[in-house]
Amino acid sequence: MSVRDVVISAEGLGKRYRVGAHSPYRTLRESIVRAVRAPFARPAADASGVVWALRDVGFAVARGEVVGVIGKNGAGKTTLLRILARITRPTEGTATIRGRVGALLETGTGFQRELTGRENVYLNGTILGMRRAEIAAKLDEIVEFAGVGPFLDTDLKHYSTGMQMRLAFSVAAHLRPEILLVDEVLAVGDLEFQKKCMGKMEDVRGEGRTVLLVSHSLGAIRALCARAILLDAGRVAAVGPAEAVIAQYLAATHSDAADQAVPVRAHFSPSAAIRVERVRLLDAVAGGFRVHWRQAISLAVTLAVEVPLAGVSVGVGIRGPEGSHVFTVHHDDDGARGWDFSPGRHEIEVTLENTLRPGFYRVHVGAHRESGRAGHLFAADVAGLEVLGTTADGRPAVSSNTGVVNGAATWKGPQ
Amino acid sequence: MIGGGVEPVRVIRPAGGAADLRLAELWAHRELFGFLVRRDVTLRYKQTTLGVLWAVLQPALAMVVFTLVFGRFARIPSDGVPYAVFAYAGLVPWMFFAAAIAQASQSLVAGANLVTKVYFPRAILPAAAVASCAVDFLVAFGLLALLMPLYGVVPGPAIAAFPVFLGLLLLVTAGVGVWLAALNVAFRDVRYVVPFLTQFWLFVTPVIYPVSVLPEALRPAAGLNPMAGVVEGFRWTLLGAPRPSAGLLALSAAVGLAVFITGVLYFRRVEDHVADTV
Repeated sequence: MSVRDVVISAEGLGKRYRVGAHSPYRTLRESIVRAVRAPFARPAADASGVVWALRDVGFAVARGEVVGVIGKNGAGKTTLLRILARITRPTEGTATIRGRVGALLETGTGFQRELTGRENVYLNGTILGMRRAEIAAKLDEIVEFAGVGPFLDTDLKHYSTGMQMRLAFSVAAHLRPEILLVDEVLAVGDLEFQKKCMGKMEDVRGEGRTVLLVSHSLGAIRALCARAILLDAGRVAAVGPAEAVIAQYLAATHSDAADQAVPVRAHFSPSAAIRVERVRLLDAVAGGFRVHWRQAISLAVTLAVEVPLAGVSVGVGIRGPEGSHVFTVHHDDDGARGWDFSPGRHEIEVTLENTLRPGFYRVHVGAHRESGRAGHLFAADVAGLEVLGTTADGRPAVSSNTGVVNGAATWKGPQ
Repeated sequence: MIGGGVEPVRVIRPAGGAADLRLAELWAHRELFGFLVRRDVTLRYKQTTLGVLWAVLQPALAMVVFTLVFGRFARIPSDGVPYAVFAYAGLVPWMFFAAAIAQASQSLVAGANLVTKVYFPRAILPAAAVASCAVDFLVAFGLLALLMPLYGVVPGPAIAAFPVFLGLLLLVTAGVGVWLAALNVAFRDVRYVVPFLTQFWLFVTPVIYPVSVLPEALRPAAGLNPMAGVVEGFRWTLLGAPRPSAGLLALSAAVGLAVFITGVLYFRRVEDHVADTV
């Protein structure tokens, strides 16, 4: 691309944050006390608690391109967007931007429960950089897209969460800057509304606007972006065609292969009689120990047995990234008989219903004899499992649902 | 851009470097300023049962209490003006000042959800906080206009100089406001200091007493407190109280200007780091 067509260019961008024991807040009292005690000392620069959220980041985006930014949590995606949106200053490096920038780091910024829907549309639109006249011209469109017409002059506090989210996205979707920076705002509302949002994003692309889109939803990146940037630990790990960058991301996100040997040292309590030798994830995504959101987790476990064992109960457990226990199931939970093993290799298969939220988990396998605790045979941490943020057909996980497992609920609002 | 056109080119660099007030950018965000002021005012009156009445009651009640305690019981002199009007004419600018600096000092921290999500010149937040107190000021001022004829007080020709003191009031309030807003980001205990500061400041400001109770030689020095110049100026131009000394007025104006300029410069320094600290 010629230099003239480059609308966003970043060179050597870096952002340093202080972390650790010292909070970023100082108090006036402390500062005065320190100044009285040692009037000429300069505050000590504490180099230990320094973290580079972004380092040496350089790339260029041409006019009309829709570029995705992907990476793990904490890779620096949002920091990059915040710098380009001028919310925070870089510690080093420069970025040059040609054109009016609109940033969408969240929807509904500045929404006030005590103001009416109409007042909030104007307030939020103005905050996002729209002119009053622009908002007035688009008000009908915004309201219609959000489907809140009859409630326009009702206070926002009487809106349902869904209505608030739709109104917020609708204002944002009608932003018309030349360059749009979007952070993970597509996955709001119900499925039908998500489809509308994706459609709106495709319109934006069709209008030749330049978009930088941060998302965990690889499906959305695939659908909207021709190119993508992969950030890893604050640095650019890859830039190129979206499909290739996504493949690299998936390959790099997890070291665990879908089919792997389980070493003896993975066993917490090795047993001479029986151990796990191999574990395989069936229907793995891109060759990793990885499943789509809500995709059943089917495992094939190879057990190596040295001595004949009777009445063995085999269990599979899932633990959270910090070791929290999510659940453990045993093959005899429903009263089934224990399994008998003869010496040699045995493969068993188990399919777990996947109720996990997107994220990283550990898979544990264990066995004991029916006689309970004393009959404990072994337990082993066999693999790291990643649950992706998208379903097999590319739809994003419901983003506002949080926690370890997918919550499901039926609601009844105020009458 | 080489090909012409009006496409803005923006270079993002690390903080620091030349202090640039970016006035053009402030002007470009005037609509946001307007909406934030409207939001603050609407919320304030929507959330109180008494609504706008509150703006009248607050200074009126303070006037009644002050008149009884200081005018009747303590018999504080009032430069020949009925004490009630005398005290009220001081309370009107004072209450605006006190409310505005309290709002402004919290503005950046209270606006954290905006500051961390969108870019705009941060000075808009304390400026809008100060401006949103103008409604209360106008209501209270209207009450003063009703009160004066009731007590037979009419302004003399000095009223021509009133806009000067209104300007000084705004300058001092904005100056102290941006100072406190920026300090509150850098130091989190500032919000505990503000109420104490305001209370202390009230007593060193000639609101309940005239400067003329001070020894003659000390009077100009009272001007070191820029609010002294404002309050004395309000009384002189509106109530026809004796003209404050030129020394006091000059000193108040100079200190007020200095507070404003240093406040704006300090705010500019803190501004670049606001999103990382609030």
